[in-house]
Amino acid sequence: MIQTSGRIVIVGAGHAGGTVAALLRQYGWQGPITLLGDEPIAPYQRPPLSKAWLKGEADAESLALKPLSFYAEAGIDLRLDTQATSADANQKVVALASGEQIGFDHLILATGAAARKLPIAGGDLRGVLSLRTAADAEALKAALGPGKTLAVVGGGYVGLEAAASARALGAEVVVIEREARILARVAGAVLSDFFQSYHAARGVTFICAAGVEAFEGVGDQFAGVRLADGRLIAADAALVGVGASPNIGLARQMGCACGQGVIIDLNAMTSVADVYAIGDCTERPLPLYGVQGRLESVPNALEQAKQAAAHLCGRPAPAPEAPWFWSDQYDLKLQIAGLPLHAVRAVMRGAPPENPMDPARFAIFHLDAENHVQAVEAINAPAEFMMGRQVLSSRKAVSPEKLADMSISMKEVAV
Amino acid sequence: MAKITFIEHSGAAHEVEAKDGLSVMEAAVKNNVPGIDADCGGACACATCHVYVDEAWVPKTGAKGAMEESMLDFAEGVQPNSRLSCQIKISADLDGLVVRLPESQH
Ligand SMILES: Cc1cc2nc3c(=O)[nH]c(=O)nc-3n(C[C@H](O)[C@H](O)[C@H](O)COP(=O)(O)OP(=O)(O)OC[C@H]3O[C@@H](n4cnc5c(N)ncnc54)[C@H](O)[C@@H]3O)c2cc1C
Ligand code: FES
Repeated sequence: MIQTSGRIVIVGAGHAGGTVAALLRQYGWQGPITLLGDEPIAPYQRPPLSKAWLKGEADAESLALKPLSFYAEAGIDLRLDTQATSADANQKVVALASGEQIGFDHLILATGAAARKLPIAGGDLRGVLSLRTAADAEALKAALGPGKTLAVVGGGYVGLEAAASARALGAEVVVIEREARILARVAGAVLSDFFQSYHAARGVTFICAAGVEAFEGVGDQFAGVRLADGRLIAADAALVGVGASPNIGLARQMGCACGQGVIIDLNAMTSVADVYAIGDCTERPLPLYGVQGRLESVPNALEQAKQAAAHLCGRPAPAPEAPWFWSDQYDLKLQIAGLPLHAVRAVMRGAPPENPMDPARFAIFHLDAENHVQAVEAINAPAEFMMGRQVLSSRKAVSPEKLADMSISMKEVAV
Repeated sequence: MAKITFIEHSGAAHEVEAKDGLSVMEAAVKNNVPGIDADCGGACACATCHVYVDEAWVPKTGAKGAMEESMLDFAEGVQPNSRLSCQIKISADLDGLVVRLPESQH
């Protein structure tokens, strides 16, 4: 018999932490559950912070994963504004900033990641912003509007989404990217080029292959970004979107093996007994690809929350899911499934429009040597995404010729 | 306000009161109705908020968008009355709406 009466402490009340707490109750956990979060608000969704919420199309209430009343009703002791400062896996206690100690039978680390800062002068000027939390998003929104200029440092998804939302709010936007193309780490060249021309056609200026030397200010107020070549890009605010680093301090303290994140198995267990880790802070097995890797996405957080809750409650492990992700910019919906790790060729289904003001609909399939889909990048192409995700998991081979032919339905591309 | 009834695959029924302007998906999630995962939070990107709209209500819930239609095309157990519940906006017209949930969302 599996024991469901022990005390569970979850550190981090974000998407992963909030979800695992709810799932544990749904799966029948009887014992006490404590959910510690250092933010002032209950678990909420971050994706809208750069999209619908930033544009003013969604309110704060709609961001919440669950209404506040849920936690008390479900017997989850949610403690906000509460930081766990140390943890001991032998003594089985977590210490809080207040000095209080909380004992646990099982610990779940759901500490997420923190926005990376640039190690350059001027980073603490007023107006140099990050975008990770609701508080960050409030500060960014306050800096946007007609007549304002936003400098986005880093052309990744969060930066590009914020750029699109800033344009919708009437602000001027300059994106400064260190690499030769935007999205260099996370998308193929075709997709990078497409996004860049789509944004440019909607008024965003790009400066690629540019190093950032310093943030310059007037007094303590940010006024511009100094590039390595000496140019000054004047702006009212800078959004630093150069990725996020996993919060693995507590895991390290407890002796959990860490690589790019806390290393876990398919039950979300770390190398230390009774300690689980889920979400952005982990480095996880990618069973469809036979490697370990770090993913930063909501579906990843949800999948791992399910793995941990199922393991704790003695349920069968959920079937592995193909990693996936989405992004909304202007009228574009990007959906990506899989990772092009073992891909040897890319097959285009449709193509980016010649004129970037025209509507777009296309998909890029990344195939391995046996014509198995490794990844699909779909722009306003939900059928391609859905089908790609299915054949990724089922490992059915596809016909590259049929894939490339838009007149053949996605239902007929498997061989 | 509208009263909405969600019937789980097991037959368990949940009656909730929901504010106008919310989506049917949000009404379920905010009231802890199990069986709607809503992984993407309503972005019409995941198809894990699939419901079957009670036949009598199909006309009142409006037409599917193109995006929704394509996503549903590839979801499991799709029927003509299938919808993505994040794409149905609640209004007084939907007071009394009944939707059924599929066996699983994945
Ligand atoms: C602007 C933005 C847009 C995004 N868009 C998308 C998208 O479109 N699609 C997608 O799939 N993903 C998107 N993501 C990524 C997604 O939000 C993350 O993958 C997800 O939030 C990860 O959940 P998590 O619980 O692991 O981490 P988080 O949500 O970061 O939660 C971790 C929480 O733990 C807290 N914490 C950390 N250490 C401690 C401690 N010692 N004590 C107490 N509390 C602690 C943190 O403050 C935080 O509240 C986006 C992220 C951002 C920032
Ligand atoms: S919630 Fe993802 S499609 Fe409806």
